Amino acid sequence: MTQTENIIIESGDAVQPFSYSVGMHGSKFFTELRDNRRFMAVKCPKCKKVYIPPRGVCGECFVEMKDWVEVGPQGVIGTFTILRFAFIDPETGAQKPVPYGYGFIKFDGADTLFQHYISVEDETKIKIGARVEPVFSKDRKGTIRDIEYFKVID
Amino acid sequence: MDRAAIIGVGTTKIEKSKVGETFADMAWEAVNKALSDAGMTIDDIDNVVTTSSDFWDGRTISCMAVGDASGAAHKNVSCVEGDGTYGAFYGMTRSLSGSYKTTLVTGHSKGSQSVSSLITNSSFDPIYERALGMDMVTACAMQARSYMHRTKTTPEQLAGVSVKNHGNALKNPLAQLPMKITIKDVLESEMIADPLHKLDCSPVSDGCAAVIIAHESVAANFKQKPVWIKGVSFCADSFFFGDRDLSRAKALTEAAKKAYEMAGIKDPKKEIDVVELYDAFTYQELMWLEEMGLADDAMAGKLLEKGEFNMDGRLPVNASGGLLSGHPVIAAGLYSMAAVVRQIRGDAGGFQVKKAKTGLVHGVNGLGGQSHCVFILDKDK
Repeated sequence: MTQTENIIIESGDAVQPFSYSVGMHGSKFFTELRDNRRFMAVKCPKCKKVYIPPRGVCGECFVEMKDWVEVGPQGVIGTFTILRFAFIDPETGAQKPVPYGYGFIKFDGADTLFQHYISVEDETKIKIGARVEPVFSKDRKGTIRDIEYFKVID
Repeated sequence: MDRAAIIGVGTTKIEKSKVGETFADMAWEAVNKALSDAGMTIDDIDNVVTTSSDFWDGRTISCMAVGDASGAAHKNVSCVEGDGTYGAFYGMTRSLSGSYKTTLVTGHSKGSQSVSSLITNSSFDPIYERALGMDMVTACAMQARSYMHRTKTTPEQLAGVSVKNHGNALKNPLAQLPMKITIKDVLESEMIADPLHKLDCSPVSDGCAAVIIAHESVAANFKQKPVWIKGVSFCADSFFFGDRDLSRAKALTEAAKKAYEMAGIKDPKKEIDVVELYDAFTYQELMWLEEMGLADDAMAGKLLEKGEFNMDGRLPVNASGGLLSGHPVIAAGLYSMAAVVRQIRGDAGGFQVKKAKTGLVHGVNGLGGQSHCVFILDKDK
């Protein structure tokens, strides 16, 4: 029998550090989240759609958005999944503990969905339309992780 | 308007890991198969479009690394980062531009060389989404739930797509996962992300596909029967997943409508004979069929159960086995295109369907169908 071996070049521990600008809209969103536990969205002056996360342009109307609106903090589940396969956490490189809930939340007063974790303590309560509220981190740093997760309050 | 035709196709076998081959090795095989299929030499090709993704390839300007093996030396070569159907769209416009006549379009990727969930995670917004670990499977599981909630489509109906497509792949020697399975097998396979089981998901795959697109003035000069591009359109939805109605795909409805109009198709349900579409997950086949008007709203699951989309059904869908049976991302749309071209020419071999005059090819770019591309191909000019 012929012996074979795979010769492969590994990328090793190489990383590509990158700094992402969050822009003026992101700055306001994360500052309010960190300091006041408030969710800030922007409203399109033309179609009146309320966007969260906030961004500078309404893609539908192609106009700039500067009108801030506070939304939430409560809302309903738009759709969700419960992850049961241990994917790798992109932040730590470790496998995530399963199961965990992931969902799109429709904040009261918003027209778009905002994604985050959903607590899966009681899976039977997790349904499209269920009311949820955020649980904030104690040590908030101005990132999306300032919210730990959303929990069903029905 | 001038017309363009597909006059050659070449595809490598789709495999879990082509550990013995580089990207360029795969391109060399697909390109030579396409040239041979068309009865052309590389000198008959006057420009090249390669299609690849830098993240999947683990390097920047990934398209340039396959230039030599794609015969791009001394030619105008350009690239598309996205699904192969978008590369084909660009290739077609070049062949119609007046500057070129024969465009070679390639698409390649190797899912085996990286961690898929990290690659698809990196396509999400780095400020609001990426840190939470959102990836292709997570996003599509939420889309699946949203679609099932609105249409009352059942897990059994989703499973039926997997049974059909893996079964079709038994007739396609280039497919990665030919399998004779049952609905029970799908429902009992590991739950990855509710409501998607392992067998609701397409596998990680390696492969390369190539097509040659010619202007009508030269389309008949070579060996192969030209397959005519009668209609084509693509349309994009919002970048943020949360901005969209996840249970629908309005960008696809729009793209299909424009492609039908261009092709002069009035009743797509009656006039289209064969479909190859983007079935990265089972629910997508049903959802896309409805959004393209090939099944009534919320009815695709029921029609599937009746066997309408089987290889011998009213409208065969993914007779090749589809992406569920092998999913080299980026190349995917060109594999679908090659399968429809072979159907229309009558040389699809074991997965040949009875009537194949007019075919539809569908490709997706962006997660969960942010953007959709629809081609209508026809035997007649």
